Amino acid sequence: MQKKTLRKLGASAVAGALVLSGIVASAPAQAAAKTIGIAYSLGGRDVPGFNQLAYIGVKPILDKNKSLKLIESQDNPTATDDQRAERLRLMAKRGANPIVVVGFTYASALGKVAKEFPNIQWGIVDDSSVQAPNVQGIVFKEEEGSYLVGLAAAMTTKTGRIGFIGGVNTPLIAKFEAGYIAGAKAINPNIKVQSTYISNFPDFSGFNDPAKGYEAAKGMYQNGADVVYAAAGGTGTGMHKAASELKKWSIGVDADEAMYPAHAAYKTTILTSMLKRVDLGVRGFVNDALAGKKTAGIKTWGYKQGGVGYTTTGGYLKGITDVINNYGSQISSGKVVVPTDPKKA
Amino acid sequence: MTRSRLFWGTIAPLAAILNSLLLVYLILKFRGVDPIEMFKLMASYGFDPRNLVSELNQTVAYYMAGVAAAIGFKMLLFNIGIDGQYRMGAFFGGVVGAAVNLPPILHVVVIIITAMLAGGLWAAIAGYLKVKRGVNEVISNIMLNFIAAAIIAFLLSPSLLGILPEGSQTLQTREIPASGRMPTIKAFEGEIYTFFFIALVVGVAYWVMLNKTVFGFNLRATGLSFRAARASGVNAPRMIFITTVLSGAIAGLVGIGTLLSDTHSYSMAFPAGYAFTGLSLALLGRNHPIGIFFAAFLWSFLERSAPVLEFEGVPPEIVIVMQGTIVLSIVVAYEVVARINLRQQQRAVGSVNVESPVAKEAN
Repeated sequence: MQKKTLRKLGASAVAGALVLSGIVASAPAQAAAKTIGIAYSLGGRDVPGFNQLAYIGVKPILDKNKSLKLIESQDNPTATDDQRAERLRLMAKRGANPIVVVGFTYASALGKVAKEFPNIQWGIVDDSSVQAPNVQGIVFKEEEGSYLVGLAAAMTTKTGRIGFIGGVNTPLIAKFEAGYIAGAKAINPNIKVQSTYISNFPDFSGFNDPAKGYEAAKGMYQNGADVVYAAAGGTGTGMHKAASELKKWSIGVDADEAMYPAHAAYKTTILTSMLKRVDLGVRGFVNDALAGKKTAGIKTWGYKQGGVGYTTTGGYLKGITDVINNYGSQISSGKVVVPTDPKKA
Repeated sequence: MTRSRLFWGTIAPLAAILNSLLLVYLILKFRGVDPIEMFKLMASYGFDPRNLVSELNQTVAYYMAGVAAAIGFKMLLFNIGIDGQYRMGAFFGGVVGAAVNLPPILHVVVIIITAMLAGGLWAAIAGYLKVKRGVNEVISNIMLNFIAAAIIAFLLSPSLLGILPEGSQTLQTREIPASGRMPTIKAFEGEIYTFFFIALVVGVAYWVMLNKTVFGFNLRATGLSFRAARASGVNAPRMIFITTVLSGAIAGLVGIGTLLSDTHSYSMAFPAGYAFTGLSLALLGRNHPIGIFFAAFLWSFLERSAPVLEFEGVPPEIVIVMQGTIVLSIVVAYEVVARINLRQQQRAVGSVNVESPVAKEAN
């Protein structure tokens, strides 16, 4: 049995090698079975949150249609734009279409490669700068979701002090910070917000450094904050740990962090999580592309479109959800416009 | 004698590579994947002409990092600050390149000199601290890497030296105008950066400097024995300082190929991690300009072939395992070779001049 699968794997590898050695000639040969491609940012599919949500978005499509294939690839910290472009090219030559590209660091690589493969539909998460007739920019209004959890933080704190931990100091994460501060100030204009970032680019380790997240959060809690929000990927786990040890509140990001198996021990102190529905964005794009619809352009997912939101797991927001939802509908109607720059929050 | 040294010098890296292949073979086998097919797959993708072009471009960047590390190694300096020096070089090269308007060739020269100055000056901080204050260069350089990242992050904000294009999340410097760009050579659908030739010049200059100049002699002498060099009249602290700056200046060139031939601006998408790569390559290439080149090529070849493995369900980290075991094995292999050499030397000396106390003394 084992041997058989081994041989099979070997055979498919040989086939792969054959396709590769004739790379240019046999480009779109595999017309029968459609393949979806996902290029993840650092960390790949196995890291819960941002990257994994892209996979979660595609999974039901794969389950429904068994003939669909999936090829995946992930970024590495030493990659240059050229290297990223080469990887996207490889996926395109492997016959993947549509291809989902996760993360803004791919933008300039995609700008080049999308032109070389005009028949492939590309979707890029978190960037709307790539303008091409076959590229969809899937962007989110992170500031709106962060505004809502900022409201929750300000209504929950007893000390009037809250904290924000950003993974890497980038304009994207600044949007989370801006929305969070603005939301908190909408409840209490005098609220004190401590902010910190774990790392500076090109060191993207701040998105996956629970130890530093723990230290940063602990510092904030000891400094009087009793609610901290981390927009920092895997780093947030450290914050949840510190919160559960010190019996303070923490706020998760991207997905419902209270439901992560790894967070089972911390879930009683996770106040809420800011949802960024990368899964919806990716699923919408892939479905449209598979159905042959035109996908190009910028697709913005705000609170109104259900692209961002907050969770009520654990029931810790009891009594204040009405207020939050009320602000939410004001955001939808455009009555409240959430800033994206922390300085203007 | 020299032939045997060359022989052993080649055998050691080959043994290290074989050793790492063997380990990866076992890991793949354990995972239930056919290792030979995987190696074939990597080879067929890695040697595809178009990929060779892109590997060559990456090789050039790694080569600069390797040479920068090697200059330090010759002086027993562990330049882990290559990362920060490269960033400083690429960033200020990008900023100055976009700010000035000069005739074509001069413009490129100004950018390259700026990058070397930025990298060199950044390294000079660590050099000064080492020579004047006795601060270990590893510690200061690691700190300086963080500080460089923070300074660039600060300066790259749109209110200062950076721009954030509409709809983009990637901060970058302004674009370098056409006169400041380096041409590329079209080959197999790809484009070879002409910075390649500058890398060649650097490689040759490194060799000449080390082997044919008084400075190079003093450098090697100080590296071999600080006290002996000092006793024979070499200003050793000064040598350490200059070597550090020189190493930093070369490190400043790491990102210049990409900057001048591909992206034309420094951005957040420029990678990190050149310091460890550079040090590994210098080690693998035995600080020799040609050895480092092969090592750099091997590295970029391995990295480029990782994605094909991913499609077969093999985690791309396998390449990092390969690189790691190569470095580990090479250290062991060189030690073994050094011992064999020593024993041979002893035997040769012993068999000829057993009786002569003078020869023993000279030995």
